Amino acid sequence: MNFTAYNTIVVKEIYRFLRIWPQTLLPPAISTALYFLIFGKLIGDRIGTISGASYMDYIVPGVILMSVINQSYSNVVSSFYSTKFQHNIEELLVAPVSNVVILAGYITGGILRGLLVGFVVAFIAMLFSEVVVQNVSIALLIALMTATMFSLAGFINAQLAESFDAISLIPNFVLTPLSYLGGVFYSVSMLPSVWQIISMGNPILYMVNAFRFGFIGVTDVDIQLAFMMTGGFIVVMTIFSLFLLHKGTGLKQ
Amino acid sequence: MNALSISQLRKVYSNGFEALKGIDLDVEEGDFFALLGPNGAGKSTAIGIISSLVNETSGSVTIFGHDLQKHRNQAKSCLGLVPQEVNFNQFDTVKNILLNQAGYYGMSRKLASARTEHCLKQMDLWDKRDTISRRLSGGMKRRVMIARAMVHAPKLLILDEPTAGVDIEIRRSMWAMMQDVNQQGTTIILTTHYLEEAESLCRNIAIIDQGRIVENSSMSQLLARLQVEHFVLDLAEALITPPDLEGYQIELVSPKVMSVAVPKTKGLNQLFNYLTQHNIQVLSLKNKTNRLEQLFMDLVQAKTSRVE
Ligand SMILES: Nc1ncnc2c1ncn2[C@@H]1O[C@H](COP(=O)(O)OP(=O)(O)OP(=O)(O)O)[C@@H](O)[C@H]1O
Ligand SMILES: [Mg+2]
Repeated sequence: MNFTAYNTIVVKEIYRFLRIWPQTLLPPAISTALYFLIFGKLIGDRIGTISGASYMDYIVPGVILMSVINQSYSNVVSSFYSTKFQHNIEELLVAPVSNVVILAGYITGGILRGLLVGFVVAFIAMLFSEVVVQNVSIALLIALMTATMFSLAGFINAQLAESFDAISLIPNFVLTPLSYLGGVFYSVSMLPSVWQIISMGNPILYMVNAFRFGFIGVTDVDIQLAFMMTGGFIVVMTIFSLFLLHKGTGLKQ
Repeated sequence: MNALSISQLRKVYSNGFEALKGIDLDVEEGDFFALLGPNGAGKSTAIGIISSLVNETSGSVTIFGHDLQKHRNQAKSCLGLVPQEVNFNQFDTVKNILLNQAGYYGMSRKLASARTEHCLKQMDLWDKRDTISRRLSGGMKRRVMIARAMVHAPKLLILDEPTAGVDIEIRRSMWAMMQDVNQQGTTIILTTHYLEEAESLCRNIAIIDQGRIVENSSMSQLLARLQVEHFVLDLAEALITPPDLEGYQIELVSPKVMSVAVPKTKGLNQLFNYLTQHNIQVLSLKNKTNRLEQLFMDLVQAKTSRVE
Protein backbone atom coordinates (compact mmCIF):
# COMPACT_ATOMS: atom_id res chain seq x y z
CA MET A 1 0.00 0.00 0.00
CA ASN A 2 1.37 3.34 -1.11
CA PHE A 3 0.76 5.55 1.95
CA THR A 4 2.62 8.53 0.53
CA ALA A 5 0.22 8.57 -2.40
CA TYR A 6 -2.74 8.31 -0.02
CA ASN A 7 -1.44 11.25 2.03
CA THR A 8 -0.82 13.23 -1.12
CA ILE A 9 -4.40 12.79 -2.30
CA VAL A 10 -5.85 13.58 1.13
CA VAL A 11 -3.74 16.72 1.59
CA LYS A 12 -4.65 17.84 -1.93
CA GLU A 13 -8.35 17.34 -1.15
CA ILE A 14 -8.20 19.21 2.16
CA TYR A 15 -6.31 22.04 0.55
CA ARG A 16 -8.95 22.19 -2.19
CA PHE A 17 -11.98 22.59 0.05
CA LEU A 18 -10.23 24.96 2.44
CA ARG A 19 -9.02 27.13 -0.42
CA ILE A 20 -12.56 27.56 -1.75
CA TRP A 21 -14.13 27.90 1.71
CA PRO A 22 -16.65 30.57 0.60
CA GLN A 23 -18.14 27.87 -1.62
CA THR A 24 -17.63 24.90 0.65
CA LEU A 25 -17.86 25.97 4.29
CA LEU A 26 -19.82 29.20 4.32
CA PRO A 27 -23.09 28.24 2.52
CA PRO A 28 -23.97 25.35 4.87
CA ALA A 29 -23.21 27.59 7.86
CA ILE A 30 -25.60 30.24 6.57
CA SER A 31 -28.40 27.93 5.48
CA THR A 32 -28.39 25.93 8.69
CA ALA A 33 -28.36 29.11 10.78
CA LEU A 34 -31.52 30.04 8.87
CA TYR A 35 -33.09 26.64 9.56
CA PHE A 36 -32.44 27.06 13.25
CA LEU A 37 -33.77 30.59 13.25
CA ILE A 38 -36.91 29.99 11.21
CA PHE A 39 -37.91 26.41 12.00
CA GLY A 40 -36.37 26.12 15.41
CA LYS A 41 -36.95 29.51 16.96
CA LEU A 42 -39.86 31.18 15.16
CA ILE A 43 -42.04 28.22 14.25
CA GLY A 44 -40.69 25.78 16.81
CA ASP A 45 -41.84 27.83 19.77
CA ARG A 46 -45.42 27.27 18.66
CA ILE A 47 -45.02 23.54 17.99
CA GLY A 48 -44.17 22.48 21.49
CA THR A 49 -42.30 19.24 22.14
CA ILE A 50 -41.75 16.01 20.22
CA SER A 51 -40.99 12.93 22.33
CA GLY A 52 -40.22 15.21 25.23
CA ALA A 53 -37.67 17.36 23.40
CA SER A 54 -38.22 20.97 22.40
CA TYR A 55 -38.68 21.34 18.65
CA MET A 56 -35.35 23.14 18.37
CA ASP A 57 -33.50 20.35 20.17
CA TYR A 58 -35.38 17.83 18.06
CA ILE A 59 -34.25 19.23 14.70
CA VAL A 60 -30.62 20.05 15.62
CA PRO A 61 -29.23 16.54 15.02
CA GLY A 62 -31.06 16.10 11.73
CA VAL A 63 -29.91 19.45 10.40
CA ILE A 64 -26.32 18.65 11.33
CA LEU A 65 -26.48 15.25 9.67
CA MET A 66 -28.13 16.67 6.58
CA SER A 67 -25.12 18.97 6.18
CA VAL A 68 -22.75 16.06 6.65
CA ILE A 69 -24.58 14.13 3.92
CA ASN A 70 -24.62 16.99 1.44
CA GLN A 71 -21.07 18.10 2.06
CA SER A 72 -19.35 14.75 1.95
CA TYR A 73 -21.30 13.85 -1.16
CA SER A 74 -20.69 17.06 -3.03
CA ASN A 75 -17.01 17.19 -2.10
CA VAL A 76 -16.25 13.86 -3.70
CA VAL A 77 -18.56 14.21 -6.66
CA SER A 78 -17.26 17.61 -7.69
CA SER A 79 -13.62 16.92 -6.96
CA PHE A 80 -13.47 13.55 -8.65
CA TYR A 81 -15.62 14.59 -11.58
CA SER A 82 -13.49 17.63 -12.33
CA THR A 83 -10.37 15.50 -11.97
CA LYS A 84 -11.84 13.18 -14.56
CA PHE A 85 -13.11 16.02 -16.75
CA GLN A 86 -9.70 17.73 -16.85
CA HIS A 87 -8.05 14.34 -17.55
CA ASN A 88 -6.11 15.03 -14.43
CA ILE A 89 -6.99 11.55 -13.20
CA GLU A 90 -4.43 10.25 -15.70
CA GLU A 91 -1.70 11.31 -13.27
CA LEU A 92 -3.04 8.75 -10.82
CA LEU A 93 -3.70 6.09 -13.43
CA VAL A 94 -0.16 6.24 -14.83
CA ALA A 95 1.47 6.27 -11.39
CA PRO A 96 1.86 3.14 -9.24
CA VAL A 97 -1.20 4.00 -7.18
CA SER A 98 -3.69 1.20 -6.57
CA ASN A 99 -7.41 1.64 -6.97
CA VAL A 100 -7.86 1.15 -3.24
CA VAL A 101 -5.58 4.10 -2.55
CA ILE A 102 -7.34 6.30 -5.08
CA LEU A 103 -10.72 5.46 -3.56
CA ALA A 104 -9.51 5.79 0.04
CA GLY A 105 -7.90 9.17 -0.70
CA TYR A 106 -10.99 10.73 -2.21
CA ILE A 107 -13.35 9.20 0.36
CA THR A 108 -11.17 10.50 3.21
CA GLY A 109 -11.36 13.97 1.66
CA GLY A 110 -15.16 13.74 1.56
CA ILE A 111 -15.39 12.46 5.13
CA LEU A 112 -13.18 15.25 6.41
CA ARG A 113 -15.22 17.92 4.71
CA GLY A 114 -18.48 16.36 5.89
CA LEU A 115 -17.31 16.16 9.47
CA LEU A 116 -15.74 19.61 9.43
CA VAL A 117 -18.99 21.15 8.22
CA GLY A 118 -20.84 18.99 10.74
CA PHE A 119 -18.80 20.56 13.53
CA VAL A 120 -19.33 24.07 12.13
CA VAL A 121 -23.10 23.48 12.03
CA ALA A 122 -23.05 21.94 15.51
CA PHE A 123 -21.27 25.04 16.74
CA ILE A 124 -23.93 27.25 15.17
CA ALA A 125 -26.62 25.06 16.73
CA MET A 126 -25.10 25.82 20.15
CA LEU A 127 -25.99 29.47 19.58
CA PHE A 128 -29.68 28.56 19.38
CA SER A 129 -30.06 25.49 21.52
CA GLU A 130 -28.75 24.16 24.81
CA VAL A 131 -28.91 20.54 23.65
CA VAL A 132 -26.23 18.33 25.25
CA VAL A 133 -24.97 15.28 23.42
CA GLN A 134 -25.94 12.25 25.46
CA ASN A 135 -23.93 9.56 23.72
CA VAL A 136 -20.94 11.04 21.97
CA SER A 137 -19.61 7.77 20.56
CA ILE A 138 -22.89 6.80 18.90
CA ALA A 139 -23.27 10.28 17.44
CA LEU A 140 -19.68 10.38 16.15
CA LEU A 141 -19.76 6.85 14.78
CA ILE A 142 -22.98 7.28 12.84
CA ALA A 143 -21.80 10.67 11.55
CA LEU A 144 -18.55 9.07 10.37
CA MET A 145 -20.38 6.19 8.72
CA THR A 146 -22.88 8.51 7.07
CA ALA A 147 -20.06 10.68 5.73
CA THR A 148 -18.33 7.56 4.40
CA MET A 149 -21.44 6.28 2.73
CA PHE A 150 -22.24 9.54 0.97
CA SER A 151 -18.64 10.11 -0.04
CA LEU A 152 -18.82 6.72 -1.74
CA ALA A 153 -22.10 7.68 -3.38
CA GLY A 154 -20.43 10.86 -4.69
CA PHE A 155 -17.51 8.83 -6.01
CA ILE A 156 -19.78 6.43 -7.88
CA ASN A 157 -21.82 9.30 -9.28
CA ALA A 158 -18.64 11.04 -10.50
CA GLN A 159 -17.41 7.89 -12.20
CA LEU A 160 -20.68 7.24 -13.98
CA ALA A 161 -21.44 10.87 -14.86
CA GLU A 162 -20.73 11.98 -18.39
CA SER A 163 -21.66 15.63 -17.95
CA PHE A 164 -21.90 18.29 -15.27
CA ASP A 165 -25.71 17.93 -15.41
CA ALA A 166 -25.45 14.34 -14.32
CA ILE A 167 -23.68 15.30 -11.12
CA SER A 168 -26.41 17.69 -9.99
CA LEU A 169 -29.14 15.17 -10.76
CA ILE A 170 -28.61 12.99 -7.70
CA PRO A 171 -28.37 15.83 -5.12
CA ASN A 172 -31.48 17.53 -6.48
CA PHE A 173 -33.69 14.57 -7.18
CA VAL A 174 -32.50 12.00 -4.65
CA LEU A 175 -30.55 13.44 -1.74
CA THR A 176 -32.62 16.52 -0.97
CA PRO A 177 -36.03 14.78 -1.08
CA LEU A 178 -34.76 11.81 0.92
CA SER A 179 -33.23 14.12 3.52
CA TYR A 180 -36.39 16.18 3.93
CA LEU A 181 -38.46 13.00 4.08
CA GLY A 182 -35.91 11.39 6.38
CA GLY A 183 -37.41 12.74 9.57
CA VAL A 184 -35.11 15.72 9.98
CA PHE A 185 -37.97 18.05 10.84
CA TYR A 186 -40.57 15.60 12.14
CA SER A 187 -41.06 12.23 13.77
CA VAL A 188 -42.36 9.51 11.46
CA SER A 189 -44.92 8.69 14.13
CA MET A 190 -46.64 11.93 13.11
CA LEU A 191 -47.29 10.50 9.61
CA PRO A 192 -50.32 8.48 8.47
CA SER A 193 -49.48 4.80 8.84
CA VAL A 194 -49.07 4.11 5.14
CA TRP A 195 -46.43 6.85 4.91
CA GLN A 196 -44.75 5.51 7.99
CA ILE A 197 -44.21 2.22 6.18
CA ILE A 198 -42.96 3.93 3.03
CA SER A 199 -40.58 6.08 5.09
CA MET A 200 -38.99 2.95 6.48
CA GLY A 201 -37.53 2.36 3.02
CA ASN A 202 -35.56 5.59 3.23
CA PRO A 203 -32.00 4.91 4.47
CA ILE A 204 -31.49 8.50 5.54
CA LEU A 205 -34.29 8.09 8.08
CA TYR A 206 -32.22 5.50 9.92
CA MET A 207 -29.08 7.59 10.03
CA VAL A 208 -30.91 10.72 11.15
CA ASN A 209 -32.65 8.82 13.92
CA ALA A 210 -29.49 7.06 15.08
CA PHE A 211 -27.73 10.41 15.17
CA ARG A 212 -30.64 11.96 17.06
CA PHE A 213 -30.49 9.10 19.50
CA GLY A 214 -26.84 9.96 20.16
CA PHE A 215 -27.88 13.55 20.86
CA ILE A 216 -31.15 13.45 22.77
CA GLY A 217 -31.81 9.74 23.27
CA VAL A 218 -34.90 9.73 21.05
CA THR A 219 -35.38 7.56 17.96
CA ASP A 220 -38.11 6.27 15.65
CA VAL A 221 -36.07 3.27 14.52
CA ASP A 222 -33.98 0.46 15.90
CA ILE A 223 -30.42 1.78 16.41
CA GLN A 224 -28.74 -1.55 15.68
CA LEU A 225 -30.62 -1.80 12.43
CA ALA A 226 -29.49 1.72 11.53
CA PHE A 227 -25.84 0.79 12.05
CA MET A 228 -26.16 -2.45 10.18
CA MET A 229 -27.91 -0.80 7.28
CA THR A 230 -25.35 1.99 6.97
CA GLY A 231 -22.52 -0.50 7.29
CA GLY A 232 -24.13 -2.67 4.62
CA PHE A 233 -24.40 0.28 2.24
CA ILE A 234 -20.76 1.15 2.85
CA VAL A 235 -19.60 -2.38 2.03
CA VAL A 236 -21.70 -2.68 -1.11
CA MET A 237 -20.77 0.78 -2.40
CA THR A 238 -17.06 0.22 -1.71
CA ILE A 239 -17.13 -2.99 -3.71
CA PHE A 240 -19.03 -1.31 -6.52
CA SER A 241 -16.61 1.69 -6.60
CA LEU A 242 -13.63 -0.64 -6.79
CA PHE A 243 -15.31 -2.64 -9.51
CA LEU A 244 -15.86 0.52 -11.57
CA LEU A 245 -12.26 1.59 -10.99
CA HIS A 246 -11.02 -1.83 -11.99
CA LYS A 247 -13.01 -1.74 -15.20
CA GLY A 248 -11.91 1.84 -15.76
CA THR A 249 -15.50 2.97 -16.30
CA GLY A 250 -15.49 6.58 -17.42
CA LEU A 251 -11.73 6.75 -16.92
CA LYS A 252 -10.11 4.47 -19.47
CA GLN A 253 -10.93 3.73 -23.08
CA MET B 1 17.48 -6.02 -21.32
CA ASN B 2 14.66 -4.49 -23.27
CA ALA B 3 13.24 -1.30 -21.83
CA LEU B 4 10.02 -2.06 -23.63
CA SER B 5 8.70 -5.16 -25.26
CA ILE B 6 5.36 -5.25 -26.99
CA SER B 7 3.89 -8.37 -28.46
CA GLN B 8 0.82 -8.80 -30.65
CA LEU B 9 -0.82 -5.71 -29.20
CA ARG B 10 -4.34 -5.09 -30.43
CA LYS B 11 -6.84 -2.39 -29.57
CA VAL B 12 -10.44 -2.28 -30.66
CA TYR B 13 -12.21 0.82 -29.33
CA SER B 14 -15.76 0.56 -28.02
CA ASN B 15 -17.11 1.90 -31.32
CA GLY B 16 -15.60 -1.12 -33.07
CA PHE B 17 -12.65 0.74 -34.59
CA GLU B 18 -9.46 -1.31 -34.64
CA ALA B 19 -6.73 1.22 -33.85
CA LEU B 20 -3.92 -1.34 -33.38
CA LYS B 21 -3.84 -4.48 -35.45
CA GLY B 22 -1.35 -6.57 -33.53
CA ILE B 23 1.95 -4.73 -33.23
CA ASP B 24 5.30 -6.09 -32.06
CA LEU B 25 7.99 -3.74 -30.87
CA ASP B 26 11.21 -3.98 -28.88
CA VAL B 27 13.10 -1.00 -27.51
CA GLU B 28 16.49 -1.66 -25.98
CA GLU B 29 17.63 -0.14 -22.74
CA GLY B 30 19.39 3.18 -23.34
CA ASP B 31 17.90 3.65 -26.78
CA PHE B 32 16.57 6.89 -28.21
CA PHE B 33 13.66 5.58 -30.18
CA ALA B 34 11.37 7.33 -32.65
CA LEU B 35 7.77 6.22 -33.00
CA LEU B 36 6.49 7.89 -36.12
CA GLY B 37 3.37 7.81 -38.21
CA PRO B 38 0.69 10.00 -39.73
CA ASN B 39 -2.26 11.42 -37.76
CA GLY B 40 -4.49 8.65 -36.51
CA ALA B 41 -1.90 5.92 -37.07
CA GLY B 42 -2.26 4.58 -33.55
CA LYS B 43 0.79 6.06 -31.81
CA SER B 44 -1.09 7.57 -28.88
CA THR B 45 -3.21 4.45 -28.56
CA ALA B 46 -0.07 2.33 -28.19
CA ILE B 47 1.40 4.80 -25.70
CA GLY B 48 -1.91 4.84 -23.83
CA ILE B 49 -1.80 1.08 -23.37
CA ILE B 50 1.85 1.15 -22.28
CA SER B 51 1.03 3.76 -19.66
CA SER B 52 -2.16 2.11 -18.33
CA LEU B 53 -4.49 4.78 -19.70
CA VAL B 54 -6.08 2.57 -22.32
CA ASN B 55 -7.14 -1.04 -21.84
CA GLU B 56 -5.66 -3.32 -24.47
CA THR B 57 -7.92 -5.74 -26.31
CA SER B 58 -5.20 -8.39 -26.49
CA GLY B 59 -1.44 -8.76 -26.51
CA SER B 60 1.19 -8.03 -23.90
CA VAL B 61 3.43 -5.20 -22.76
CA THR B 62 6.59 -5.63 -20.69
CA ILE B 63 8.50 -2.71 -19.22
CA PHE B 64 12.02 -3.53 -18.00
CA GLY B 65 10.99 -7.14 -17.60
CA HIS B 66 7.81 -6.35 -15.63
CA ASP B 67 4.71 -7.63 -17.34
CA LEU B 68 2.06 -4.91 -17.26
CA GLN B 69 -0.73 -7.35 -16.43
CA LYS B 70 1.11 -9.25 -13.71
CA HIS B 71 3.35 -6.62 -12.12
CA ARG B 72 1.67 -3.40 -13.03
CA ASN B 73 3.05 -1.29 -10.20
CA GLN B 74 6.68 -2.26 -10.83
CA ALA B 75 6.17 -1.58 -14.53
CA LYS B 76 4.58 1.78 -13.78
CA SER B 77 7.45 2.84 -11.52
CA CYS B 78 9.89 2.53 -14.42
CA LEU B 79 7.84 4.75 -16.69
CA GLY B 80 7.51 8.50 -17.13
CA LEU B 81 4.89 9.82 -19.54
CA VAL B 82 4.54 13.14 -21.35
CA PRO B 83 1.06 12.89 -22.87
CA GLN B 84 -0.02 14.54 -26.10
CA GLU B 85 -2.69 16.68 -24.43
CA VAL B 86 -2.31 18.85 -21.36
CA ASN B 87 -3.70 16.89 -18.42
CA PHE B 88 -2.46 18.51 -15.23
CA ASN B 89 -4.68 20.37 -12.79
CA GLN B 90 -4.99 23.79 -14.37
CA PHE B 91 -5.84 25.40 -11.03
CA ASP B 92 -2.73 24.18 -9.30
CA THR B 93 0.68 25.83 -9.17
CA VAL B 94 3.53 24.44 -11.23
CA LYS B 95 5.39 23.38 -8.12
CA ASN B 96 2.40 21.60 -6.59
CA ILE B 97 1.85 19.63 -9.79
CA LEU B 98 5.35 18.19 -9.46
CA LEU B 99 5.17 17.69 -5.70
CA ASN B 100 1.89 15.78 -6.02
CA GLN B 101 3.33 13.66 -8.79
CA ALA B 102 6.31 12.80 -6.58
CA GLY B 103 3.86 11.87 -3.83
CA TYR B 104 2.00 9.50 -6.15
CA TYR B 105 5.31 7.74 -6.78
CA GLY B 106 5.83 7.36 -3.05
CA MET B 107 8.71 9.83 -2.69
CA SER B 108 9.39 11.44 0.69
CA ARG B 109 8.59 15.12 1.01
CA LYS B 110 12.26 16.04 1.19
CA LEU B 111 13.29 14.08 -1.87
CA ALA B 112 10.19 15.36 -3.68
CA SER B 113 11.18 18.99 -3.06
CA ALA B 114 14.72 18.40 -4.23
CA ARG B 115 13.63 16.57 -7.40
CA THR B 116 10.98 19.20 -8.11
CA GLU B 117 13.53 21.96 -7.95
CA HIS B 118 15.95 20.02 -10.13
CA CYS B 119 13.38 19.21 -12.82
CA LEU B 120 11.87 22.69 -12.90
CA LYS B 121 15.30 24.23 -13.26
CA GLN B 122 16.17 21.76 -15.98
CA MET B 123 13.06 22.79 -17.92
CA ASP B 124 13.73 26.46 -17.28
CA LEU B 125 10.55 26.83 -15.22
CA TRP B 126 11.92 27.54 -11.76
CA ASP B 127 10.84 31.17 -11.80
CA LYS B 128 7.31 30.02 -12.73
CA ARG B 129 7.04 27.60 -9.81
CA ASP B 130 4.33 29.56 -7.99
CA THR B 131 2.33 30.41 -11.10
CA ILE B 132 -1.13 28.89 -11.49
CA SER B 133 -0.59 26.55 -14.41
CA ARG B 134 -3.64 27.79 -16.31
CA ARG B 135 -1.78 31.10 -16.81
CA LEU B 136 1.20 29.53 -18.56
CA SER B 137 1.77 29.69 -22.30
CA GLY B 138 1.27 26.56 -24.38
CA GLY B 139 5.00 25.89 -24.64
CA MET B 140 5.44 26.29 -20.90
CA LYS B 141 2.62 23.82 -20.26
CA ARG B 142 4.43 21.24 -22.37
CA ARG B 143 7.58 21.82 -20.37
CA VAL B 144 5.63 21.40 -17.13
CA MET B 145 4.53 18.00 -18.40
CA ILE B 146 8.11 17.02 -19.22
CA ALA B 147 9.31 18.18 -15.80
CA ARG B 148 6.45 16.28 -14.18
CA ALA B 149 7.32 13.09 -16.07
CA MET B 150 10.91 13.24 -14.88
CA VAL B 151 10.30 13.96 -11.23
CA HIS B 152 10.61 10.30 -10.21
CA ALA B 153 13.63 9.79 -12.51
CA PRO B 154 12.00 7.12 -14.70
CA LYS B 155 14.15 4.60 -16.55
CA LEU B 156 11.87 4.86 -19.58
CA LEU B 157 10.58 8.23 -20.71
CA ILE B 158 7.85 8.32 -23.35
CA LEU B 159 7.11 11.66 -24.97
CA ASP B 160 4.02 11.99 -27.19
CA GLU B 161 4.68 14.98 -29.46
CA PRO B 162 6.46 17.05 -26.81
CA THR B 163 7.60 19.65 -29.30
CA ALA B 164 4.24 20.31 -30.98
CA GLY B 165 3.44 24.00 -30.84
CA VAL B 166 6.71 24.90 -29.18
CA ASP B 167 8.87 27.70 -30.52
CA ILE B 168 12.10 26.74 -32.20
CA GLU B 169 14.35 28.06 -29.47
CA ILE B 170 12.63 26.04 -26.78
CA ARG B 171 12.43 23.07 -29.08
CA ARG B 172 16.21 23.18 -29.39
CA SER B 173 16.60 23.32 -25.64
CA MET B 174 14.20 20.37 -25.31
CA TRP B 175 16.35 18.43 -27.75
CA ALA B 176 19.43 19.19 -25.70
CA MET B 177 17.60 18.16 -22.55
CA MET B 178 16.36 14.90 -24.07
CA GLN B 179 19.83 14.04 -25.32
CA ASP B 180 21.23 14.83 -21.93
CA VAL B 181 18.72 12.63 -20.14
CA ASN B 182 19.33 9.87 -22.67
CA GLN B 183 23.08 10.06 -22.20
CA GLN B 184 22.58 9.70 -18.48
CA GLY B 185 20.97 6.35 -19.18
CA THR B 186 17.24 7.01 -19.58
CA THR B 187 15.62 5.21 -22.46
CA ILE B 188 13.53 7.59 -24.55
CA ILE B 189 10.66 6.94 -26.90
CA LEU B 190 9.71 10.01 -28.89
CA THR B 191 6.72 10.70 -31.09
CA THR B 192 6.88 13.65 -33.42
CA HIS B 193 5.71 14.93 -36.77
CA TYR B 194 8.95 16.88 -37.28
CA LEU B 195 10.94 14.28 -39.13
CA GLU B 196 14.20 16.15 -39.01
CA GLU B 197 13.82 16.14 -35.24
CA ALA B 198 13.54 12.37 -35.18
CA GLU B 199 16.37 12.14 -37.68
CA SER B 200 18.81 14.10 -35.61
CA LEU B 201 17.90 12.64 -32.21
CA CYS B 202 16.90 9.04 -32.60
CA ARG B 203 19.00 5.93 -33.19
CA ASN B 204 16.16 3.54 -33.92
CA ILE B 205 12.80 4.03 -35.46
CA ALA B 206 9.44 2.44 -35.98
CA ILE B 207 6.77 3.74 -38.27
CA ILE B 208 3.12 2.94 -37.62
CA ASP B 209 0.45 3.33 -40.22
CA GLN B 210 -3.18 2.40 -39.77
CA GLY B 211 -2.47 0.32 -36.72
CA ARG B 212 0.41 -1.67 -38.21
CA ILE B 213 4.16 -1.32 -37.95
CA VAL B 214 5.32 -0.70 -41.48
CA GLU B 215 8.97 -0.01 -40.69
CA ASN B 216 11.27 -0.86 -37.82
CA SER B 217 15.00 -0.38 -38.19
CA SER B 218 17.92 1.78 -37.22
CA MET B 219 17.86 5.38 -38.35
CA SER B 220 21.07 5.07 -40.36
CA GLN B 221 19.83 2.01 -42.22
CA LEU B 222 16.63 3.80 -43.02
CA LEU B 223 18.36 6.96 -44.20
CA ALA B 224 20.68 4.89 -46.36
CA ARG B 225 17.59 3.77 -48.17
CA LEU B 226 16.75 7.34 -49.03
CA GLN B 227 17.08 7.39 -52.80
CA VAL B 228 16.80 11.06 -53.57
CA GLU B 229 17.82 14.13 -51.60
CA HIS B 230 16.47 17.58 -52.26
CA PHE B 231 18.73 20.62 -52.24
CA VAL B 232 18.09 24.28 -52.74
CA LEU B 233 20.75 26.38 -54.44
CA ASP B 234 20.97 30.17 -54.33
CA LEU B 235 22.36 31.56 -57.57
CA ALA B 236 24.38 34.69 -58.21
CA GLU B 237 22.51 35.54 -61.38
CA ALA B 238 18.96 35.02 -62.57
CA LEU B 239 18.16 32.19 -64.96
CA ILE B 240 15.30 32.00 -67.41
CA THR B 241 15.09 28.25 -67.93
CA PRO B 242 16.34 25.57 -65.55
CA PRO B 243 19.50 23.74 -66.64
CA ASP B 244 18.83 20.38 -68.22
CA LEU B 245 21.05 17.68 -66.78
CA GLU B 246 20.24 14.05 -67.22
CA GLY B 247 19.48 12.13 -64.04
CA TYR B 248 18.75 15.23 -61.97
CA GLN B 249 15.40 16.89 -61.56
CA ILE B 250 16.00 20.61 -61.60
CA GLU B 251 13.38 23.33 -61.10
CA LEU B 252 13.50 27.06 -60.71
CA VAL B 253 11.72 28.16 -57.54
CA SER B 254 12.42 31.74 -58.55
CA PRO B 255 14.90 33.14 -61.13
CA LYS B 256 17.73 33.05 -58.60
CA VAL B 257 16.72 29.98 -56.60
CA MET B 258 17.00 26.47 -57.95
CA SER B 259 15.74 23.25 -56.41
CA VAL B 260 17.47 20.00 -57.34
CA ALA B 261 16.46 16.42 -56.64
CA VAL B 262 19.74 14.53 -56.33
CA PRO B 263 19.66 10.72 -56.55
CA LYS B 264 21.98 9.02 -54.02
CA THR B 265 23.66 7.13 -56.88
CA LYS B 266 24.66 10.32 -58.67
CA GLY B 267 25.99 12.54 -55.87
CA LEU B 268 26.75 16.26 -56.16
CA ASN B 269 30.04 16.40 -58.11
CA GLN B 270 28.49 15.81 -61.50
CA LEU B 271 25.94 18.55 -60.80
CA PHE B 272 28.57 21.09 -59.83
CA ASN B 273 30.80 20.23 -62.78
CA TYR B 274 27.87 20.90 -65.06
CA LEU B 275 27.01 24.19 -63.36
CA THR B 276 30.64 25.34 -63.49
CA GLN B 277 30.89 24.45 -67.19
CA HIS B 278 27.78 26.54 -67.90
CA ASN B 279 29.12 29.37 -65.79
CA ILE B 280 26.29 29.23 -63.28
CA GLN B 281 27.59 30.54 -59.96
CA VAL B 282 26.19 29.00 -56.79
CA LEU B 283 26.25 31.22 -53.68
CA SER B 284 24.92 28.73 -51.17
CA LEU B 285 23.50 25.25 -50.87
CA LYS B 286 20.97 24.00 -48.37
CA ASN B 287 19.11 20.85 -47.56
CA LYS B 288 15.53 21.62 -48.52
CA THR B 289 13.74 20.39 -45.35
CA ASN B 290 15.69 22.44 -42.83
CA ARG B 291 15.75 25.64 -44.79
CA LEU B 292 13.00 27.62 -43.10
CA GLU B 293 13.94 26.38 -39.69
CA GLN B 294 17.52 27.47 -40.13
CA LEU B 295 16.46 30.87 -41.39
CA PHE B 296 14.14 31.29 -38.42
CA MET B 297 16.77 30.20 -35.93
CA ASP B 298 19.25 32.66 -37.40
CA LEU B 299 16.72 35.45 -36.96
CA VAL B 300 15.77 34.48 -33.41
CA GLN B 301 19.35 34.05 -32.33
CA ALA B 302 20.35 37.34 -33.91
CA LYS B 303 17.55 39.05 -32.04
CA THR B 304 18.32 37.57 -28.64
CA SER B 305 22.05 38.20 -28.89
CA ARG B 306 21.30 41.83 -29.70
CA VAL B 307 19.10 42.14 -26.59
CA GLU B 308 21.81 40.78 -24.32
N1 LIG C 1 -11.66 6.80 -27.77
C1 LIG C 1 -11.63 6.43 -29.06
N2 LIG C 1 -12.69 5.83 -29.60
C2 LIG C 1 -12.70 5.46 -30.90
N3 LIG C 1 -11.65 5.64 -31.73
C3 LIG C 1 -10.56 6.25 -31.23
C4 LIG C 1 -10.49 6.68 -29.88
N4 LIG C 1 -9.28 7.25 -29.66
C5 LIG C 1 -8.64 7.17 -30.83
N5 LIG C 1 -9.40 6.58 -31.79
C6 LIG C 1 -9.02 6.31 -33.18
O1 LIG C 1 -7.88 5.48 -33.19
C7 LIG C 1 -7.00 5.87 -34.23
C8 LIG C 1 -5.63 6.09 -33.66
O2 LIG C 1 -5.64 7.22 -32.83
P1 LIG C 1 -4.34 7.71 -32.09
O3 LIG C 1 -4.72 8.82 -31.19
O4 LIG C 1 -3.66 6.54 -31.50
O5 LIG C 1 -3.48 8.27 -33.32
P2 LIG C 1 -2.04 8.97 -33.33
O6 LIG C 1 -1.15 8.10 -34.13
O7 LIG C 1 -1.61 9.29 -31.96
O8 LIG C 1 -2.35 10.28 -34.15
P3 LIG C 1 -1.83 11.79 -33.97
O9 LIG C 1 -0.55 11.88 -34.70
O10 LIG C 1 -2.89 12.59 -34.64
O11 LIG C 1 -1.73 12.07 -32.52
C9 LIG C 1 -7.62 7.10 -34.88
O12 LIG C 1 -8.27 6.70 -36.04
C10 LIG C 1 -8.62 7.59 -33.87
O13 LIG C 1 -9.70 8.19 -34.50
MG1 LIG D 1 -1.29 11.00 -30.95
